[in-house]
Amino acid sequence: MTATLSFRLYLLLLLSLTCPTMAPNNKYSILLPTYNEVENLPIIIWLLVKHMNSSGHPYEIIIIDDGSPDGTLEAAEQLQRIYGKEKIVLRPREKKLGLGTAYIHGVKHATGNFVIIMDADLSHHPKFIKEMIEKQKSNDYDVVTGTRYVGTGGVYGWDFRRKLISRGANLLTQILLRPAVSDLTGSFRLYKKDVLESLTNSCISKGYVFQMEMIIRARQKNYTIGEVPISFVDRVYGESKLGGSEIVQFVRGLVYLFATT
Amino acid sequence: MTKLLEWLGGAGALGAIWLALLTNKIENPFFRDHYTFLLLSPIIVVGLFGLASLLLVLYRVYTFNDCNDAAAELQKEIVEAKQDLKSLGFKFKDSFK
Repeated sequence: MTATLSFRLYLLLLLSLTCPTMAPNNKYSILLPTYNEVENLPIIIWLLVKHMNSSGHPYEIIIIDDGSPDGTLEAAEQLQRIYGKEKIVLRPREKKLGLGTAYIHGVKHATGNFVIIMDADLSHHPKFIKEMIEKQKSNDYDVVTGTRYVGTGGVYGWDFRRKLISRGANLLTQILLRPAVSDLTGSFRLYKKDVLESLTNSCISKGYVFQMEMIIRARQKNYTIGEVPISFVDRVYGESKLGGSEIVQFVRGLVYLFATT
Repeated sequence: MTKLLEWLGGAGALGAIWLALLTNKIENPFFRDHYTFLLLSPIIVVGLFGLASLLLVLYRVYTFNDCNDAAAELQKEIVEAKQDLKSLGFKFKDSFK
């Protein structure tokens, strides 16, 4: 009796030692909304393939191009021929329809049980995806968000004014909304697929206020959120903008979330 | 409850206490002797909070990490990526050369 029991335990131990990845096969769908990213797209795809291959996690990259006039889609087609239709999935749309709907559109075609969203402009480095995946696994988080404001996180290419606005806006948000998340406007995140679907359906904001609403609503719905420090390298090609209209957009978003959540 | 209502509730409660002290509905010898201080206390509290926030923001701006290494590493990887992609047969747009 005890002999069979210990034998079973032995078997279990053996099994757990030989198959450390007994967890269900996770697949990660990376959503890449693009608009005029013909210069950045090949580089970001190359980096993604390099880092995802070395991480060993199954993945696919879904490119959602909103009718870029600069030939982004043609570049994406070339990349698909190089890396294969399994890895590179093209789901273009006719015209610019906004970030929120791009995610809804992309998720519909995602075959993974996890979805990663990031910018295609090289400000988000794919090397952090591995860390986000590990973070997610550590506590079965519903959402893992990259943060520029904590630990080794940071930015490159920002002057004093930009940092001041960013830090000021962040503190104001922390005081008013108490989100328990350090980076609300970041757009480098990992979601459980069903969580992303439920969130995109309840968020109505546009632009980067959309990212803020997503994480606030996640908190409101009691989803668990983990954070990973990331370095944010501001646009290498193309221009990054932070003007008056962005600030007005942010304040309106903040007031909206302050009054509704 | 929305954050707006939480703030209104908190401000209302503190305001009520302040008003009660001011109109002597709550008897308190300290505030009776320091009436001006009591009268100005909301402004002082808001002012101190603003000052603390300003200092905190400046401190955080000052300690905001500059990711120079990450940027340099990315530049190297871009060169590497372009070479590798070319060898894989990728045609870059002319403007990108």
